[in-house]
Amino acid sequence: MRGERADRLYRAGVGLLAGAVPVALGAIAVFVLVDALPALRYMGLGFWTGTQWNLGNQYGGTTASQNGVVAAAGATFGILPYILGTLLTSAVALAVALPLGVGAALFLSEYAPPRLRLWLSSLVELLAGVPSVVYGLWGLAVVVPAVAGGIGPWLSAALGFIPFLRGPVGTGLGLLSAGLVLAVMVLPLIAATARDAMQQTPRALREGAVALGLTRWEAIAGVVLPTARPAIFGAAILALGRALGETMAVLMVSGGSINLLPTNLYGPVNTLAAVIASQLDAAFTDATHMALHALAGIALTLFVISLVVNGTARLIVRREGAA
Amino acid sequence: MSAADWEATAYLRRRHGQVLAEASRRSRAARQVRGRVFGALAALGMAASLFPLLDIVELVAVHGARALSAAVFTQVTNGVSGGLQNAILGTVFLVALGLAVAAPIGVGAGVYVAEWSDARTAAALNYLTDVLVGVPSIVVGYFGFIVFVGDFGWGFSWLAGSLALAVIMLPYIVRATELALSKVPLDLREGSLALGVTRARTVHAVSLPFALPGILTGVLLAMGIGIGETAPLLYTASWSNYNPSLALTHSPVGYLTYVVWTFIQEPFSTAHSLAYAAALLLMAGVLAINLVARQWLGRRGEHAA
Repeated sequence: MRGERADRLYRAGVGLLAGAVPVALGAIAVFVLVDALPALRYMGLGFWTGTQWNLGNQYGGTTASQNGVVAAAGATFGILPYILGTLLTSAVALAVALPLGVGAALFLSEYAPPRLRLWLSSLVELLAGVPSVVYGLWGLAVVVPAVAGGIGPWLSAALGFIPFLRGPVGTGLGLLSAGLVLAVMVLPLIAATARDAMQQTPRALREGAVALGLTRWEAIAGVVLPTARPAIFGAAILALGRALGETMAVLMVSGGSINLLPTNLYGPVNTLAAVIASQLDAAFTDATHMALHALAGIALTLFVISLVVNGTARLIVRREGAA
Repeated sequence: MSAADWEATAYLRRRHGQVLAEASRRSRAARQVRGRVFGALAALGMAASLFPLLDIVELVAVHGARALSAAVFTQVTNGVSGGLQNAILGTVFLVALGLAVAAPIGVGAGVYVAEWSDARTAAALNYLTDVLVGVPSIVVGYFGFIVFVGDFGWGFSWLAGSLALAVIMLPYIVRATELALSKVPLDLREGSLALGVTRARTVHAVSLPFALPGILTGVLLAMGIGIGETAPLLYTASWSNYNPSLALTHSPVGYLTYVVWTFIQEPFSTAHSLAYAAALLLMAGVLAINLVARQWLGRRGEHAA
């Protein structure tokens, strides 16, 4: 039977192609891990708990050996400031984007007239297509000056009794600017997912609420929001995953601090992704290659964090049958 | 009434009961004020979501239009001045080769997931595809640096950059293909099979043509994502002031996103103009692709990865 043979061939062919996704994921994990191993052996747990990133003496030709691996004399690679910077920028982003995104979704799903809804939805989704360097450009031109000249001083004056919100505000390049730009970047994801979930509220449930004489808001708060809550939660974690891994926009507005633990909401920070992007040129100069292995260690850390966050988000979103 | 219906009704009663009990504790005027306040907050959220988009478009359009000139298209970058020809061509080269790799693999993988794999395998592959979407692009870039630039010895090159982009674009194409094929009506498929047509022929002659608009939409959206990427290219394609050649390896390639990132941080106005011109070209390209993709599909939301 020629047809059956062709069938089997076709199946085998596309089956092989389907292996590409698991192979890509596996290859990323294995190669990045293997490349990171020397740095992880050199630093031990100190890689994640240390606060100093120092390539060591690059000019004396002296090297130091530690745990059987060789690095430049005085070299130390601790990435705690960047782990904290990643978590903090993402936390600021979510704190801003979640209420705004849910508000936008409510407006689109419950308040806007149908024609306007279609237009606004398209506009919000177009936000998702803007390249991240363009967000960075906008951040530099608009958000950073606004934080330095308005938002920052105002926040520190109004809420300065909270130590973390106290000034000085500085140049505006820092945690708050990075968080705000990230917030704008994840807004469409939250708004679109939340809107879809709200629109899936069973009609009977809505009509029942209105028939009982409840106001529109009471119907929304009592019926629509509880229905959409799991999907909104999933969307928030997806947005968190996106914010944790964002590179370019953060790189451009975060101030790029090295070896500095964030002390307030406005000062310069750095994230795992941005450090990888900004430190490679310097790392090339390390004749022992240990700095490159340390960057691989950062990539590995970021990879694991994103796997955990996205893996969890997808499980939640999928179980709820939304998105 | 079936058990499920009864359960649903009981649930409705419980939910409505709670809402009613809460409402009855407030005066009519207070309830209406509450409604107004929260409605206004929703409108505020909408406005706050739209403002950045309009502001970004305005910023890039105004500064970018001022910076556009014939030289942008006819000259290559020279330090921090000149034009963007090398970056425009480089972006086209990188995305074209990346798509040439990712599209056939992605569509094939999507076909397998939708047409041949059992439910368990399909769920697992879909899950892994979603997880790959979530891998930060800088991690993919560093992976490309280790493997393509280093281990394979290709150096900073067209091929290394394109393969890194292909890893980024692949999962979007797989998901779009799988989603589009899952929407092919069952009777269409079964009709073909009932006529004695083989599975492979049915996929090829019936399912794929039906799903083609959805698949193309996915490929277009992946292309838009590829055009806007920077992080996977920094250490695979690197950067070059010269136009890309057809050399696959050992020859770095420039691209538009790099110009936006680096030139805006230079203190020279020529550099700033070029950064805004590059941003305008990127925005125009990506928005045009998104609009075409949406138009093609006719409906929003179906392509959500």
